[in-house]
Amino acid sequence: MELQPGELEIIQAEVETVLQGYGSERENLIPILQDVQNKLGYLPKEAMQQIADGLNIPEIDVYGVGTFYNQFRLNPPGKHQIKVCMGTACHMMGGHIILDSFERRLSIKEGETTPDREFSLERVACVGCCALAPVVVVDEKVESKVSPIRVDGIMLAFEIEKQKSEEEKGQGEEGREQ
Amino acid sequence: MQSYQQMQKEALQKFEALREKPLVLVGTATCGRAAGALNVLAAFQNEISRNQLDARLREVGCMGHCYAEPMVIIYKPGFPPLCYGPVDEGMASRLVVDFLINDDPCFEFAIAALEPNDFFPTFSDYPRGIYENKIILADCGLIDPEDIDQYLAHDGYEALARVLNMDPVAVIEEIKNSKLRGRGGAGFPTGIKWETCNNAPGAPKYVICNADEGDPGAFMDRALLESNPHQVLEGLAIAAYAIGASQGYIYVRAEYPLAVARVQTALKQARERGLLGESILGGDFSFDIKIFQGSGAFVCGEETALIASIEGSAGVPNNRPPYPATSGLRGKPTVINNVKTLSYVPHIIRQGADWFKSIGTPNSPGTAVFALAGKVSNTGLAEVPMGTTIRQLVFDVGNGIKNDKKFKAVQIGGPSGGCLPESALDIPIDFDSLQQAGAMMGSGGLVVLDEDDCMVEIARFFLDFTQKESCGKCTFCRLGTKQMLDILTDITRGQGKQEDIELLLELAEDIKAGSLCGLGKTAPNPVLTTIRYFRDEYEAHIQEGRCPALMCKDLITYYIVPEKCSKLCNVCIGSCPVEAIFTRPDMLKAIYLDKCVKCNSCMVACPPQYQAVIKISPPVVEEGDKADEQASDNNH
Repeated sequence: MELQPGELEIIQAEVETVLQGYGSERENLIPILQDVQNKLGYLPKEAMQQIADGLNIPEIDVYGVGTFYNQFRLNPPGKHQIKVCMGTACHMMGGHIILDSFERRLSIKEGETTPDREFSLERVACVGCCALAPVVVVDEKVESKVSPIRVDGIMLAFEIEKQKSEEEKGQGEEGREQ
Repeated sequence: MQSYQQMQKEALQKFEALREKPLVLVGTATCGRAAGALNVLAAFQNEISRNQLDARLREVGCMGHCYAEPMVIIYKPGFPPLCYGPVDEGMASRLVVDFLINDDPCFEFAIAALEPNDFFPTFSDYPRGIYENKIILADCGLIDPEDIDQYLAHDGYEALARVLNMDPVAVIEEIKNSKLRGRGGAGFPTGIKWETCNNAPGAPKYVICNADEGDPGAFMDRALLESNPHQVLEGLAIAAYAIGASQGYIYVRAEYPLAVARVQTALKQARERGLLGESILGGDFSFDIKIFQGSGAFVCGEETALIASIEGSAGVPNNRPPYPATSGLRGKPTVINNVKTLSYVPHIIRQGADWFKSIGTPNSPGTAVFALAGKVSNTGLAEVPMGTTIRQLVFDVGNGIKNDKKFKAVQIGGPSGGCLPESALDIPIDFDSLQQAGAMMGSGGLVVLDEDDCMVEIARFFLDFTQKESCGKCTFCRLGTKQMLDILTDITRGQGKQEDIELLLELAEDIKAGSLCGLGKTAPNPVLTTIRYFRDEYEAHIQEGRCPALMCKDLITYYIVPEKCSKLCNVCIGSCPVEAIFTRPDMLKAIYLDKCVKCNSCMVACPPQYQAVIKISPPVVEEGDKADEQASDNNH
């Protein structure tokens, strides 16, 4: 995914701050990656290169660890994050159908972000709400007993919200022009 | 330095003083929060301050009754302590007004009392309470996990204070005598692990608490860390003393932010009281604990992979021996114990090995903690003595199957375990009996399945999980599970071949033999047990292209029964996300089979008085539909 203007500088500054909080031992690699992802939302290629330099280890080792663990993501998160639970209970209650529905609506696969960085879609192992299956976490809010038609509802709510904020923006600009 | 006795006395006084005024406890573990506990907490807060009541409000962990979340306990002088659930905001304000102000305990919302009384039954009056024997869950949901004094008031850290005056070998001897077996899954004797590590040359030594609970459907480690973190810390400190370690780690999943936060608070408080850190309780023993956040790799539950992960590498397991007990973290002797195992330790030290052995079965003493999930009525955590049967667990503790459906199987032990059918219901559960039946204790996840669940699909689901989580080191695990998954996927799609079952059995043996670690060795278990107990379902898929449980998407079609369809209702059309349902010229509804994504929406949406939508297996393509489709297209 392409970096946006000015993003590289932010990445470099944040990674530098994180690296300064740790020694240069290899053992700090995972905590460093976790901190960087907390700050940036994901692990950009540039950040991993910088971490490799900082710890004096080959870039492949950083990439290897970053791709081995499920927690790390290589794509930036969308403005809205959608996590579909794929635990046993959710699966038995049709979680995969919900994931399909989101993939269809957003035209992306799980693990990806829409090109406008508006939405990202993830599967998560279990959010521990098995009695309310199937469960989706939309921007930290747990949606329980989700049906495909509810997926349409969730997406529609975002659309309406976007339209509203654009209208307000439009009105604001008009006001300024006057 | 304050002596332990003094510290405990003060904590007890503080704890008793807390009960002198009305006290409201709200369970805000992750499960409670998902059910809305934080809103309930806020509602109590508002109501109490609005009425200017002299009452206290505290957050606690999870009592294990997840089906009744959010749960609230109210102590009011003059009344037995009462437990309510599920509580919403409206109930919260009524409890404040009616009970706290006006002395009406609102029995209609209550589940049980905590102490015997003349008005209301206690938990031990229910079947669940009769079978349950809580040791490590006993204080969960009753004490504030962020207040060390509440743990101290419940005899917390007494065992640590006691072992500090004992010879480390005597501590190990006591644990060995108790026959405590590791609760992480395999059931290795804890005392022997400690002894091996204590005898191993090399310094420093390490202790690690394994809280990398990755099984889908298991959440007891999370609940323990969120509800009673000090119990685990005390166990870890005792283990450290016994083997002579000065540094400990808690390896906890980063996906459990609340558990991490509560353990952090607990560590800070324990250090402030001199129960961790330099010269604990003024003696010679120094020990501290660091939190290491795991990053979501199932294989890191395996000891050697966990160590690789702490060392900053991908979590790939290594050959054993050498076992971590002789050569673990940084090549030094290391004891790794599960959260539950360590939680038992303080209780065994306090009450003795003989007390522990009096519970459970001779070869698996003590209790087992199960996470009940799936199609069982009362989901949640249950702690029962080893030797309790699956039937008692599902039907008495769990109160039977949801919606009056028929019991089909239990999936026990997560991806490492297996599916046990009705005929296995009377197996007394312990480490050995489950292994004989082809399953495993694993982490204690117990998913109940009913007649609507397809066993081939369940096996495929777990294989999909283990295949994704395989670290890739062993060829048999990496490629073998992939091969098995492909075969299972074919079967669920109706493309299974006659020889597939034999091929699966053969592959299973090879994967078991050719894999290094527990993940690979146990990966075939769900497949083996489903073939062993539900072979007929495999055969129905392969030979008849039929899914008996009507679950496999490719082997079913949705159909609207004309005789049942009300011509006037359009609910199914509105519910369909892909516009696959249309109105026929005669006003009946029908489904374009080629458009249908089999999402189940129409079946759920069809009003219960009609129930016109059904599933058919094997799938049928009706000639009539095509004709209708064309007719309707022409109309456009």
